[in-house]
Amino acid sequence: MINNDLKKTPMPEQCPSERNKNFLEVTTGYTEEMAVNEARRCLNCKTKPCMNGCPVHVKIPEFIAYVAEGKFEEAYLKIKETNALPAVCGRVCPQETQCESKCVRAIKGESVGIGRLERFVADYHMKHVEDIIEKIPSNGKKVAVVGSGPSGLTVAGDLAKRGYEVTVYEAFHTAGGVLMYGIPEFRLPKDIVQKEIENLKKLGVDIETNVVIGKTILLDELFEDYGFDAVYIGSGAGLPSFMGIDGESLNGVYSANEFLTRINLMKGYKFPEYDTPVYIGKSVAVLGGGNVAMDAARCAKRLGAENVYIVYRRGLEELPARAEEVMHAKEEGIEFKLLTNPTRFIGDDKGWLKEMEVVSMELGEPDASGRRRPVKIEGSEHILPIDTAVIAIGQTPNPLIKKTTEGLDTNKKGCIIADEETGKTSKKHVYAGGDVVTGAATVILAMGAGKAAAEAIDKELSE
Amino acid sequence: MAYKILTKKTLNPQVFLMEIEAPAVAAKAEPGQFIILRTDDKGERVPFTIADFDREKGSVTIIVQVVGKTTKDLEKFEAGMELQDFVGPLGMPTELEGKKKVAVIGGGLGTAIAYPQAKKLHAMGACVHLIAGFRSTEFIILEEELKEVADKLIITTDDGSNGLKGFVTDRLKELLKSGEKYDEVIAIGPLVMMRAVCAVTKEYDIPTTVSMNPVMIDGTGMCGGCRVIVGGETKFACVDGPDFDGHKIDWDLAMNRQRMFKELEQHSFAEGTCRLADRKN
Repeated sequence: MINNDLKKTPMPEQCPSERNKNFLEVTTGYTEEMAVNEARRCLNCKTKPCMNGCPVHVKIPEFIAYVAEGKFEEAYLKIKETNALPAVCGRVCPQETQCESKCVRAIKGESVGIGRLERFVADYHMKHVEDIIEKIPSNGKKVAVVGSGPSGLTVAGDLAKRGYEVTVYEAFHTAGGVLMYGIPEFRLPKDIVQKEIENLKKLGVDIETNVVIGKTILLDELFEDYGFDAVYIGSGAGLPSFMGIDGESLNGVYSANEFLTRINLMKGYKFPEYDTPVYIGKSVAVLGGGNVAMDAARCAKRLGAENVYIVYRRGLEELPARAEEVMHAKEEGIEFKLLTNPTRFIGDDKGWLKEMEVVSMELGEPDASGRRRPVKIEGSEHILPIDTAVIAIGQTPNPLIKKTTEGLDTNKKGCIIADEETGKTSKKHVYAGGDVVTGAATVILAMGAGKAAAEAIDKELSE
Repeated sequence: MAYKILTKKTLNPQVFLMEIEAPAVAAKAEPGQFIILRTDDKGERVPFTIADFDREKGSVTIIVQVVGKTTKDLEKFEAGMELQDFVGPLGMPTELEGKKKVAVIGGGLGTAIAYPQAKKLHAMGACVHLIAGFRSTEFIILEEELKEVADKLIITTDDGSNGLKGFVTDRLKELLKSGEKYDEVIAIGPLVMMRAVCAVTKEYDIPTTVSMNPVMIDGTGMCGGCRVIVGGETKFACVDGPDFDGHKIDWDLAMNRQRMFKELEQHSFAEGTCRLADRKN
């Protein structure tokens, strides 16, 4: 029985004026009834257009059909066939530009809430089913994975299931990469990430934290001294970009990486129970318009800042962040200063940020990215009084591995050059994927790259 | 992975030494590099310069001065106990090749950081003049070790309690005035001391390397918290340093950034409780 409602079953969530004071998850998830109701909106199209929008090809209509029948665990197993991290993807994937953008129901009305259903199914499983994971007998071949973010975890899981002995090296003290240090607790609870990692360990994956490849162990040594047959580099885009404007090193100016790592990985929001402090002023400007900027702004609000601004040089239409994140941010009281570009930070006599000079912009002709280029309006300089700034204008790959490894080709931006289909790099038996190849992108694209590379590594090592 | 404390030794009322089992770090460590540790899973990530290492034993030594919450917690750790996290070696090693005569200057705890560099220079056959400054006699550390690696050792105290009163810069000026020539000066200590040394060596046009120790989180170039301005360019102490050309550092900015979390840190130091009692090992 098809549910003909043109709208998605609404997602229950904490009320904005309450949630902007806590770090608990914003959306609380479907109930069983809501999930079944939403699943019945799926037409189960024969052509499955939604699947083509998914970088890891989740069998969407099939899992949704199970949900409609109330067979939630069957639905979970169906998703798990191709997606290693459904609880994560259901929360942080940009479904509106992927699977849901292809949904036939979206032609007239809203698409099926695929992401919400994926999350429901994954959460149902975590709550009700004890995972029984058995270690797969070893095929005698060893693969090292550098970085324990979404792409590294995907490679590790896929290869471990095929019998490879996989060791994941993580520079931080906790595995999970951007899922731990970048995305805040209120969007992706850290327990969920750790549960996925525990499952990988049960599968036999060895996770070595506190190891910096390129420092503690060089990449070549993984082959020579540690006997690995292949290496996958998924070290992400960890190097923060700065604006290069005056006053950027004043006290009170953070990179988004520093600000978010203090809060998320180090749990600075629980200071002084946790030792890592995070300074937050009265008025905070977050520079940038992506998901990282939204995360930083919403964290700032939760830490007690009175005024939080998103300062972005283009318009609302051009914001690269997910529409849902922008909406949530607005509801929580974040102010958007669009078509506004910072020109310098101004400090007080003690070296603390006290204000920021900005200029107004207007949109000109489209640039190479297809977005209309922002052009400065002459004489529009004005002052925004702020005492904290978070620079969230992007990240590039960390150069540590590149600098210490010969024969590994990178492009001008410092990204490792890898084959799109296989993740193969210029160096023998070395593969790469995720943000270290593409520059900062999404969790699911990194997972897609990991999946493809695992396939290619298996093929090469089986020959 | 356990990072076991092999030995712990008190060096002065505020400073102690810890030798920690960390074979992977010891295998790669070079003078000038640092490690980051956490005492437990609520702890902060705090960088410490590698004061010594033993590749065969697989151990790394750090020297700690009690200045804040983490160092106060660390003081309660004894030999046989384990640290939660220990990662390194991070940063670039100090470039010591080709130096024939070097003045190594340590201020207080900085002396412990300067020691491995003096030791390596000595082993490479360079002539090492070592000037170490302390507040008073009771704070003098590593005197025996320093003697072994220095061709000339001058220990000075702020209050003159060891018989030689004054700052390290006074002693350096004396040496330079008496006609000593150095290929390089390596200065490690508080920012004010390093800045003062640089002012002296600038007059004599002697290349001067300083070791920066700003606030940082990951130590791999990710957070950008440790940025220093060197010759007008933004550098990250964790990956580009921690050693920099002292004549090019923006000292005002460096001193300012050191104060960013001061208030919060003092709060943590005063209010924070040591969680050691809850530990199981």
